[in-house]
Amino acid sequence: MGTVLTVENINVYYGAIHAIKGISFDVNRGEIVTLIGANGAGKSTTLHTVSGLLRSKTGDIEFLESSIAHTAAHKIVSMGISHVPEGRRIFQGMTVEENLQMGAFVAKKDRIAHNLEYVYEQFPRLKERTKQIAGTLSGGEQQMLAMGRALMSDPELLMLDEPSMGLAPILVDQIFEIIQNLNKAGTTILLVEQNAQMALSVADRAYVIETGRITLSGTGEELAKSDEVRKAYLGG
Amino acid sequence: MTFLNSLISGLSLGSVYAIIALGYTMVYGISKMLNFAHGDVIMVGGYVSFCLTMYVGMNGWVALLIAMVVCTLLGIIIERLAYRPLRGTGSLAVLITAIGVSYFLQNAALLIWGANPRVFTSLFNGAETIHAANGQLTITPESLFTIIANIVIMIVLTLFVSKTKAGKAMRAVSEDNGAAQLMGINVNQSISMTFAIGSGLAAVAGVLMCSAYPVLMPTTGAMPGIKAFTAAVFGGIGSIPGAMIGGLILGIIEIFSRAYISTELSDAIVFACLIIVLLVKPTGLLGKKVSEKV
Repeated sequence: MGTVLTVENINVYYGAIHAIKGISFDVNRGEIVTLIGANGAGKSTTLHTVSGLLRSKTGDIEFLESSIAHTAAHKIVSMGISHVPEGRRIFQGMTVEENLQMGAFVAKKDRIAHNLEYVYEQFPRLKERTKQIAGTLSGGEQQMLAMGRALMSDPELLMLDEPSMGLAPILVDQIFEIIQNLNKAGTTILLVEQNAQMALSVADRAYVIETGRITLSGTGEELAKSDEVRKAYLGG
Repeated sequence: MTFLNSLISGLSLGSVYAIIALGYTMVYGISKMLNFAHGDVIMVGGYVSFCLTMYVGMNGWVALLIAMVVCTLLGIIIERLAYRPLRGTGSLAVLITAIGVSYFLQNAALLIWGANPRVFTSLFNGAETIHAANGQLTITPESLFTIIANIVIMIVLTLFVSKTKAGKAMRAVSEDNGAAQLMGINVNQSISMTFAIGSGLAAVAGVLMCSAYPVLMPTTGAMPGIKAFTAAVFGGIGSIPGAMIGGLILGIIEIFSRAYISTELSDAIVFACLIIVLLVKPTGLLGKKVSEKV
């Protein structure tokens, strides 16, 4: 096992707004860990802080036993964390292929062909559309492209922010199946979701975030059964 | 024949605008800022080349290369010292800083080289002017080379941006700075490189412009800078082919206004055309519709 990511007492501010109030959690190798919570609770902010786009005022973030709390975002990627941001944020004006090339920006040259093959294996749909401009893909395909792009750097830890957002139920099922496949293939996953039911059903462990604090944690199963979670996030 | 002669002058002047406009458009594309000091980098390029040929006796083409290197470095230094510390503060702060840098460069030039206009020796001194159609059509070597240089620069730059890893990274940063960082792209490096390319091209534009219009003063870069900025907006700011088309159209309008309407009114006509284009198509001729991210 071993710990891949340790987040220790981070505090993040947007100007005067105290968005993250002392959050700590960890992710072990091979796990799917999910952060659930309402809109605006601080889930995305937490991921942004891990990937270096935002900074914590206190505490530390350790990835594979080295501190990344002050490491530049572009270096964190090459250390092995890939972040699929909320809203996908693929490069709309580029082709599918170019998006994947950007994902491989820090990958070792001799690994790129292999990674590309792996991505096409996971997302056969992308292979049919290599030359298509990414902005013209459907929502589900854009999500696949965003995930494929993140996999091109061969990450140790894949962070997914709301992968199910705006997708039809059948596509949500498909995306979650792929998430489980990736995990089985050895990628550790940190998943942020508003769709708590889906997230808890695939997660090994889960944390509930409310207004910038972790209020509950446990295995996915435990939380799915917990009264508080059922009331607040699972609709009774 | 006036028509053809004017067309060639227009294309030549437009090519200078286009090369300058590239600097504006690329920098705007990648860092969403208007670098109003860009025009003054042209002037610095002109002076460096002037000094090297005049006082050191260097060959004009070697001087051009050195001027390009100096301006490239100048662009990198300006970005590093003046703009980078302000990244992430509002766009107004950066805009005012850019105007400040512009005045700084003009006044530094005034201190170093004085206010007296210098007469620039053309890069093509001694080259023959081409006469055609019984001497009625004249093509100066300056015009011919400027037009060709513009085409070559556009092709090379387009290939660079669409084919190379560094070029694609620049496009990625233009589209989504944050997502580009998540790919492992060093955004600072990409922006630095954009300033370097734009400023190096400004030196080329400066030398070509001074070869055709051989008067060099500390304010030499200001007006062409504004015109090229107009060209960039005209063509659609952020777009490389847009800069080329905008520059050429602007040059042609300007020369034709001078030839057929009025020399005094030529600038007014140029800007009136800009206003009309922007009224009809606010993003410029080739500009993409940008949806602001919330």
